Amino acid sequence: MDGEQLPMQEIRRKYVIPGDKIIEGNFRPLSNVIRSGNMLIATRIGIAEVGRDGAKVIPLSGVYIPRVNDLVIGKIIDHSSLSWEVDINSCFSAHLPAQDVFGRDFSPARDDMSKHLAIGDMITARILAFDRTRDPMLTLQEKDLGKIPRGELLKISATRVPRLIGKRGSMIQTIEQATQTRVLIGQNGIVVVTGRNSEGTKLAVRAIRMVEEEAHTANLTQKIRALLNVPETTQEQAPNTAPPKSQEVETAIEEVEEELEVEKGEKL
Amino acid sequence: MTQTRNLIDENGKRTDGRTIDELRPVKIKVGVVKNADGSAFIEFGRNKILAAVYGPREVHPKHMALPDRCVLRCRYHMSPFSTDTRKNPAPSRREIEISKVMREALEPALILEDYPRAAIDVFVEVLQSDGGSRCAGITAASVALADAGINMRDIVAACAAGKVDDKVVLDINDTEDKEGGADMPVAYMPHLDQVTLMQLDGVLTPEQFSECLDKAIKGCRMVYEIQKQALMQKYFGNELELKEEQ
Repeated sequence: MDGEQLPMQEIRRKYVIPGDKIIEGNFRPLSNVIRSGNMLIATRIGIAEVGRDGAKVIPLSGVYIPRVNDLVIGKIIDHSSLSWEVDINSCFSAHLPAQDVFGRDFSPARDDMSKHLAIGDMITARILAFDRTRDPMLTLQEKDLGKIPRGELLKISATRVPRLIGKRGSMIQTIEQATQTRVLIGQNGIVVVTGRNSEGTKLAVRAIRMVEEEAHTANLTQKIRALLNVPETTQEQAPNTAPPKSQEVETAIEEVEEELEVEKGEKL
Repeated sequence: MTQTRNLIDENGKRTDGRTIDELRPVKIKVGVVKNADGSAFIEFGRNKILAAVYGPREVHPKHMALPDRCVLRCRYHMSPFSTDTRKNPAPSRREIEISKVMREALEPALILEDYPRAAIDVFVEVLQSDGGSRCAGITAASVALADAGINMRDIVAACAAGKVDDKVVLDINDTEDKEGGADMPVAYMPHLDQVTLMQLDGVLTPEQFSECLDKAIKGCRMVYEIQKQALMQKYFGNELELKEEQ
């Protein structure tokens, strides 16, 4: 995607609500866009973006809809003899096949599934397959995936996840470093905070809640720094000296960029 | 439907002081119910209506789920304190009917195929009623659906027109509804230019019918502007245009 990315002036952005015309002409409808005649229409509230490869809307609200390759945090809610059922904070509950954990020689008679993952356990997993005709399928076959032993659980809106991660993971790194915690973020909006002491964890939770509530305000990183008592470096103050730009526009654009980065999978 | 007194005075003013082409004051606030995925509060004249949307979420009971699309469930309900004499809170024949027409008015705007085997629940609670509550309810529900981030083809705006003193008037209120000649609620998708609800209670000549429908659609367009403004206000503040980046 890097090589194809358009120079800034060729990306046209605007605020849209459902039904708004984004652009007329021969553009490809990407996400949250439908074609009606020669026009492309937005289907969600958000920021419409038209580039050379097509038009899309980055939504600002909505529940989590699974996508293949998403990293999610879920809770085991049940198991049959062949798979676990996992609540992934979506309208579809996911399945984790027992073979994924036990290997191909899994036998429901021999292996005790609840010994490995019991009902109520939290797991980090990746979505292996999902096409909306069937429930999403999960996998743990990767480094760092599996049961979450401890931590503070939080739920945020899935649309705020890119903001919480920040540009190249800047926001989450700030929070982690200042509070001495590890923050695990699932694309489905579930966050797990683990820390050495309860003060750090509490502070991190407050910071995450603040990011969620004020996701659309400008200078959020500065506000979080203030909350966490992080000394500001001159480098980070530099953007403030740039010519005054509308704050909301700035945030919106930041969000778009963050969204792009998340899609590229730079973090997670 | 027999008219007992004049509802439009010699100056062309109606019982509440409006002209025949004037809407009641409309105010919409988005995102008032924090527990819901999307919500809106509308004040349409003296109507006060709360709409909350949950979903897409899992369908319970499971047998109601559809394999190819989402189930839309609507509930229109009037609070016992919404009228001057206490209203029995049990769903009445009228409320069941309005729930159904509301669902049918909203369904064409939603892209339900995007969420198969799921359900979207829309709750519309009338806190204070003043005639035209189904239109106000649809208007609020549609804003709440957009707030919930559900894929939509268009926003649905609704407004009524009717006949009072043999004149076609826009947005009839409670008195005009009870004492006037006809009431025609219309729900309309402004971008697609399609009507999703049209009911008529009363008698109109074919000319009056067309005039009434045109007027109602014009009213829907006015309501749409208010809906748009409310949504923009919540998500983008006062900034309505995103400036081009250098």
